[in-house]
Amino acid sequence: MSKHSITIAGKTYSSRLLVGSGKYKDFAENAAAAEASGAEIVTVAIRRVNLGQDAGAPNLLDFIRPERYTLLPNTAGCYTADDAVRTCRLARELLDGHKLVKLEVLGDPKSLYPDITGTLDAAKTLVKEGFEVMVYCTDDPIQCKRLEELGCVAVMPLAAPIGSGLGIQNRYNILSIVENATVPIIVDAGVGTASDAAIAMELGCDGVLMNTAIAEAKDPVLMASAMRHAIIAGREAFLAGRMPRRRYASASSPVDGVIG
Amino acid sequence: MSLTVNGRPEPLPSPATLDGLVDALKLTGQRLAIEHNGQIVPRSLWEQTAVADEDRVEIVRAIGGG
Repeated sequence: MSKHSITIAGKTYSSRLLVGSGKYKDFAENAAAAEASGAEIVTVAIRRVNLGQDAGAPNLLDFIRPERYTLLPNTAGCYTADDAVRTCRLARELLDGHKLVKLEVLGDPKSLYPDITGTLDAAKTLVKEGFEVMVYCTDDPIQCKRLEELGCVAVMPLAAPIGSGLGIQNRYNILSIVENATVPIIVDAGVGTASDAAIAMELGCDGVLMNTAIAEAKDPVLMASAMRHAIIAGREAFLAGRMPRRRYASASSPVDGVIG
Repeated sequence: MSLTVNGRPEPLPSPATLDGLVDALKLTGQRLAIEHNGQIVPRSLWEQTAVADEDRVEIVRAIGGG
């Protein structure tokens, strides 16, 4: 179904839902939720190995297999452009030259809001080094356009702060961002439930990336399925062209021939 | 000799290579990336890369994240 596929950096994926791999109770639940979501792209974080850990302990990539999913390493926890760039270089080495990365440069640990300056600086460097940068950013239409102009392959404005579940806070900004974009616009962060994802797609977004909305649902596998449907429903509603909003009623049944 | 690995002191008999360090830490066979004194060393060069006393090594892997 080509209307539900998305092309990022020249590669086409059959799902417009992208998911994270954090906050699950265990790897098995993570794998089951990813499967139920239908996602083909899964974000991962890059962190120090625990020294002294049991050598036989299971590994995320035994469950979220690189042969099955396109892994999207993120730069979560980076507060400077230098750290984000360094993390991406390590991720590229870790994943055998894989170039697709999710860039985030945070400004503050309480809000986890993007630092615009750091994000722009890191994006510039990473694009120059040949990375395919999907960039997490604010819902500022100017920032989004600047990041696109720097060569990012996708721009990912937040709906609301990471893990907040508040849904899209400014639909008009998202509309402006979508209207001005020539690269995929993927809402990333702040989605809470299925309707939030559907709204993003109805606004014309190309996809939605979420983690907490699924992982912190009471039934993550069921929520993953709900999100899969929401993305499809929202996309079809967008393509169908919605009816206009009206101030007053417009009857659905004819007025002629009413019994009297 | 003593190296700093992931911010912690790690004793290691010398001479040693990055490959030997990975073995000593029981990390053999895992998907890892290594930074040695600030430079990323590709997996194919671990066997040839000697480590010295007071070297700083970062060893990372992929974990769950959003």
